[in-house]
Amino acid sequence: MTDLATYNFAYLDEQTKRMIRRAILKAIAIPGYQVPFASREMPMPYGWGTGGVQVTAAILGPDDVLKVIDQGADDTTNAVSIRAFFQKVANVAVTTHTRDATIIQTRHRIPEEKLTEGQVLVYQVPIPEPLRFLEPRETETRKMHALEEYGLMHVKLYEDIARNGHIATTYAYPVKVAGRYVMDPSPTPKFDNPKMHMSEALQLFGAGREKRIYAVPPHTEVVSLDFEDYPFEIQKFEQPCALCGAHDVYLDEVVLDDKGGRMFVCSDTDHCEDRRDHGHAGAMLAPKKEAAE
Amino acid sequence: MTSKTQALSGGFSQPVFESQSVFRMLMDGMAKPGTLCTVDLDVGQPEPLGGAAGAIALTLCDHETSVWLSAGLSQSAVAEWIGFHTGAPIIREKAEAHFAFVEAGATPASFGLFSLGSQEFPDRSTTLVIEVKALGQGPLMTLTGPGIRATQTIAVDGLPDVFMRLWADNRALFPRGVDVILTAGQKFLCLPRTTRLALQ
Repeated sequence: MTDLATYNFAYLDEQTKRMIRRAILKAIAIPGYQVPFASREMPMPYGWGTGGVQVTAAILGPDDVLKVIDQGADDTTNAVSIRAFFQKVANVAVTTHTRDATIIQTRHRIPEEKLTEGQVLVYQVPIPEPLRFLEPRETETRKMHALEEYGLMHVKLYEDIARNGHIATTYAYPVKVAGRYVMDPSPTPKFDNPKMHMSEALQLFGAGREKRIYAVPPHTEVVSLDFEDYPFEIQKFEQPCALCGAHDVYLDEVVLDDKGGRMFVCSDTDHCEDRRDHGHAGAMLAPKKEAAE
Repeated sequence: MTSKTQALSGGFSQPVFESQSVFRMLMDGMAKPGTLCTVDLDVGQPEPLGGAAGAIALTLCDHETSVWLSAGLSQSAVAEWIGFHTGAPIIREKAEAHFAFVEAGATPASFGLFSLGSQEFPDRSTTLVIEVKALGQGPLMTLTGPGIRATQTIAVDGLPDVFMRLWADNRALFPRGVDVILTAGQKFLCLPRTTRLALQ
């Protein structure tokens, strides 16, 4: 007997999976609309990715290969524990390589490598409602979505410009999906927003505490909100990754000492390792230690 | 077989894994409208329900989803079969149906009586599973919309002419509207409400 016998496959009971699956199908049919669902208690606290975990559990099959990332990294706490969870309750194959994965659960990054047809990207979402910080009442935000009344969001972006001279929103940057719903892309850096546009992969979003599921089908328009005279721009980095030398990737700043020393490294660890394996080297990469072995 | 034993026979032999595999086909089908999917399972559904339609019922229906059946289906053992295997209540009121199953040749003359959702809750709409004569042959249609790279071509035999107008009206209601799954025997394809249809 294995431990598996004590749980249903992928932890959730079948009725819960059916409920989540029905919500996913409606979410795909109405791109960007937040479908309410009966979120369950999971064996982890709200805020640790219970929405993403429930979505993954509902779609996961024995033939899937799962990758889990947390801020782009495969080896941080949230990623490691969710990956171990699904290994335990679904006995599913896992990987850190983006291109080998069929399902990628993510907390706040989109992999640098272009996703391909047939892959599913599952986002963990804390606050699914893009209008929530502008209008706290659910009844009102629901009406605003119903009437496609998104002026308030543009006012918010305008106030950014009036105060700071540019749109200061750098993450959870609002997008319009398929020309209709304004959607929160979860707190991904706005650097990743262009990757959502016409993506070949299906994108599913799960918010456990807020009990919402939404989706963006493949080949769907995802446009970041902006103004004609203040067009949407992504972050730019002055230097390449210190380990792999990559330009045009999202970098994390790592403080090295208390004398102002710092380095910038790829947030996507798999992408960085893959580049280093192919011989790319950044300024601070330690020389290969073949001699030591 | 009497209708009673028909109702009790069939179903998934491995409910957990078979419902997962049918759901993944449905999810990919909804995400890529018009993709022809084949259900490679025998769920022993009674006539005149098709194999794919039967598998979809087993995958998505339970006691929380009320099911509406077209006349031909409700007079057969299908009602009891769905009731026994899924626990779904069979209802007569179209507007309250989460799922509606329609036998071949009985395509409704209007979607208006089904639930179209509300502007606030467009997800509360009926999903129609409509059996047609054949998929992959018959008049060609061009699909465009979210999930489709440029265009997708499908061939459907057995849809009434009025369907094109019904579908255009349904599309115009967006975000409200019904979603449709066309089935023919073991095959199915999905038409979410976002998809635009044109005869070639």
